[in-house]
Amino acid sequence: MSANGKLLDVQHVTVEFHIGGLMGGSLLVAVNDISFSMESDRPAIFTLAGESGRGKTTLSRLLLHDLDPTRGKVLFEGRDLATIRKRNDLKEFMKKVQPVFQNPFETFSPLRRVDAYLFDTALNFGVASDRQDAARVVDGALRNVGLSLDEVSKRYPHELSGGQIQRVSVARSLISRPKLILADEPVSMVDASLRMEIVNLFRKLRDEQKVSIIYITHDLATAYYISDRIAIMLRGYIVELGPVEDVLNRPAHPYTQLLKESVPEPLPADRESWAKHIELGTTEVKEYGREGCKFAARCPYVMDICRKADPPDVLVNQQTVKCYLYT
Amino acid sequence: MALLSVNSLCAYYQTELYGISRTVRAVDGVTFELYPNEIYGLAGESSCGKTTLIKVISGNVKPPLKVISGSVDYQFGSYAVDMLHVPKEDLRRNVRWKEISYVMQGSMSVLNPVRKVIKTFEDIVETHDQITNRREFLEQVTAHINRLGLPTEVLSSYPHQLSGGMKQRVAIALATLFQPSLIIADEPTTALDVVVQRGVLQMIKDIQGASNNTVLLVTHDMAVHANVADRVMIMYAGRIAEEAPTETIFNAPLHPYTQHLIGSLPMIGERSNKAALKGTPPNLANPPSGCRFHPRCPYAMEVCQTTVPDLVLVKQRHRVACHLIKEASA
Amino acid sequence: MFKVIRDLFRYDGRFRLAAFFLTAVTVMIILSYVSPYDPDKSFVVAMDMPPSPEHIFGTDSRGQDVFWWMTFAMRNSFFMGVITAAVSRVIAILMGLSAGYRGGWLDRFLMSVTDTFVVLPLLPILILLGFLLRDIMNQFLLGFILALFGWPYDARLIRSQVLTLRERAFTRTAVYSGTGPFWITIREHLPFVMPIVLATTINNILWAIGFEVTLSILGLSDLTRPSIGTALYWANQHGALVAGVWWWIAAPTLAAIVLALGLYLLLTSVNDYIDPRTRLRLIGG
Repeated sequence: MSANGKLLDVQHVTVEFHIGGLMGGSLLVAVNDISFSMESDRPAIFTLAGESGRGKTTLSRLLLHDLDPTRGKVLFEGRDLATIRKRNDLKEFMKKVQPVFQNPFETFSPLRRVDAYLFDTALNFGVASDRQDAARVVDGALRNVGLSLDEVSKRYPHELSGGQIQRVSVARSLISRPKLILADEPVSMVDASLRMEIVNLFRKLRDEQKVSIIYITHDLATAYYISDRIAIMLRGYIVELGPVEDVLNRPAHPYTQLLKESVPEPLPADRESWAKHIELGTTEVKEYGREGCKFAARCPYVMDICRKADPPDVLVNQQTVKCYLYT
Repeated sequence: MALLSVNSLCAYYQTELYGISRTVRAVDGVTFELYPNEIYGLAGESSCGKTTLIKVISGNVKPPLKVISGSVDYQFGSYAVDMLHVPKEDLRRNVRWKEISYVMQGSMSVLNPVRKVIKTFEDIVETHDQITNRREFLEQVTAHINRLGLPTEVLSSYPHQLSGGMKQRVAIALATLFQPSLIIADEPTTALDVVVQRGVLQMIKDIQGASNNTVLLVTHDMAVHANVADRVMIMYAGRIAEEAPTETIFNAPLHPYTQHLIGSLPMIGERSNKAALKGTPPNLANPPSGCRFHPRCPYAMEVCQTTVPDLVLVKQRHRVACHLIKEASA
Repeated sequence: MFKVIRDLFRYDGRFRLAAFFLTAVTVMIILSYVSPYDPDKSFVVAMDMPPSPEHIFGTDSRGQDVFWWMTFAMRNSFFMGVITAAVSRVIAILMGLSAGYRGGWLDRFLMSVTDTFVVLPLLPILILLGFLLRDIMNQFLLGFILALFGWPYDARLIRSQVLTLRERAFTRTAVYSGTGPFWITIREHLPFVMPIVLATTINNILWAIGFEVTLSILGLSDLTRPSIGTALYWANQHGALVAGVWWWIAAPTLAAIVLALGLYLLLTSVNDYIDPRTRLRLIGG
């Protein structure tokens, strides 16, 4: 399928939600004119970072074909996701794009053994022909993540640690040999001492298995550790996008700068600068509904024009920035 | 003089269901003290026992949780409270919200989702005093939340209209209404993004600085402790592994577990390989023998498998429970 | 399976009591197949004799041995209850699962139907049906009719459970494992729904028996077939209390109590055991 080399091509995608009742209510634009792409021949880890809010979650559901955009298109391997409607097409898509969820203890039913899901995946997607074959496939996938079928077989979720379940979850997503994995805050609910094993695993998947990963997080440190490129989201917009070293070492957008400063670092000597006062946002709807740049209310460099209209995207060094400072 | 004295506290969960009895030794011999005018950080991962410890020191012991031995004593100025034996009425009228208050993760346990925020304030105040003058009460509450940087309209909103960070800040406002001597903050920023987390923690710091009370901050995020706490205690598998002033913990940690916790934190600007800790967190129903960390410790010795290391004072205000240290000072 | 029963028996007093009662019920039902007296005949033995070693519950004014007659009554009442429960479970599960999982217009349609049934005043309708169908009415037809009215509450219950389960992450995991909606409902959701189904089944049996007794006392059932309700009807017809034949009333009442209590105790003890939260605590969650 002709895809001009792009694995994923998100083109000017907007997702609007109607909140409130039938009478009145307001429009919440969770994803606003977002565009980015990933190449097929170069597997990469692409991070979506930024505030908690609706944007990142909505975008991830969009990419998993869980909802349709209000405007714009998402192309996967050249094919518009909106045209994928029939069950067979959907299955083919799901083989290639798999999720890893945030809460390890909710990912699997507490009343089912975890390996059951792996067997299901192997059999449903035709990766294995029968149960014996599936056992081989499942064991292989588990070994890929540092576990084995013996360890996991017959266990219920609560018998494993958060880190182990996340690894099983990643193993499950690998069974159908996907091209793209969508990991939504995969380590935020995992203990610190187990976090690195998951994060290191993602690196290995990209380098050895050639799987591309979209890593959604608000933890900039792990993002720096493993990603190639990063996009900073704010209230539905991507305000900065570029190679991770550039964006995080030389942040251009004031919001990125604020994010970077706010990350608490384990260096007590630096306490004073972190303790400097910052403004926090108000209610979600108010912020989303504002005219002009969504950061205007809190930006130390705000100008009049910022409040009037959305800033354009400008190329600054290696990254794209949505800010009037650089026009 | 200590605000809180916990001595050799053992608290277990004992369940007996259909012939299967299990004892989870969640807190197994914990001794520490809290002093006035400090922010004390309690760090540790899931199943380290910190949640159970909080329950016991805040007087929330319900079956199947049972205090097996030890003591929990408070000294609020001249008012002494033995938390393990204080009558429920006393606890409700004089201690809760007045001397000890809480900020929990998600703030859902505090904000009633079907009532406006101001009503929750009223409810809490009315469990202690009658509100005689409505207008005055409203003014005082408004002044209180404004001082903490919250807009007045928060009071007339429902919780679901507020963002996660806003709700947490309201929860903090509720917790500080009566100027308590001890504020227990249990993972107050875990579900919030970094910017909001920073704001919430700044608020806690400001409050502590203004009223000189004590904050017990419980979180698994070591970086937060680095920036907020004065002293930090690391718990592992129901016991204390290490306790020291913040700078010492981060610059010269002695316990291998602490060393790993700090060493494994990735930082922006570096990409060198960070190793993961081998093994899995311990099962508290069937914990490892001797030092509970020994299956995962890179320096484990013979003695670690058989004997529980004592928590010893190595320097001023620095305690460690590790056979390596004992060896050195022997 | 046996381990479950063994555990329950050892550790739950309610289950032991339930087992005792229900064993009594089962014994009576089995005995009905070897009864020395034919229940349809009259004047088989001497009338109105108080309980004695020969006739454990005495005899009634129609010349029947009350005990052996009650074995048939127990059998009919119990089986009728089971029919009602079985048929209405099937309807409730089908309605509840499809409405809950599919949502949309199917959900709205099914729920309108359900709500209509919920508001129907049951007793007047059954009395009316009892009159209209009295020629062909018997316990089994009654059981079937009751089944057609006994499912709405439970369908709603099942549906709300499915609605919450649909939102949980593991449902999405199953979707991305390529599992189709039908199997997701069976494999992921049904285990959570089962405790409800079990609870409502036993409840349903009790409800059905209650209605049967009510209708029979009013004379709207097949009065020739023995059942707990018809026993009371005939006892009333013959003025048993006035005539001093108290054992004719006591026997069916006792039977009803034993059956109801047995089922109820079974319900609560098994329910506790299979509740997902208890199961979790048991397997160590």
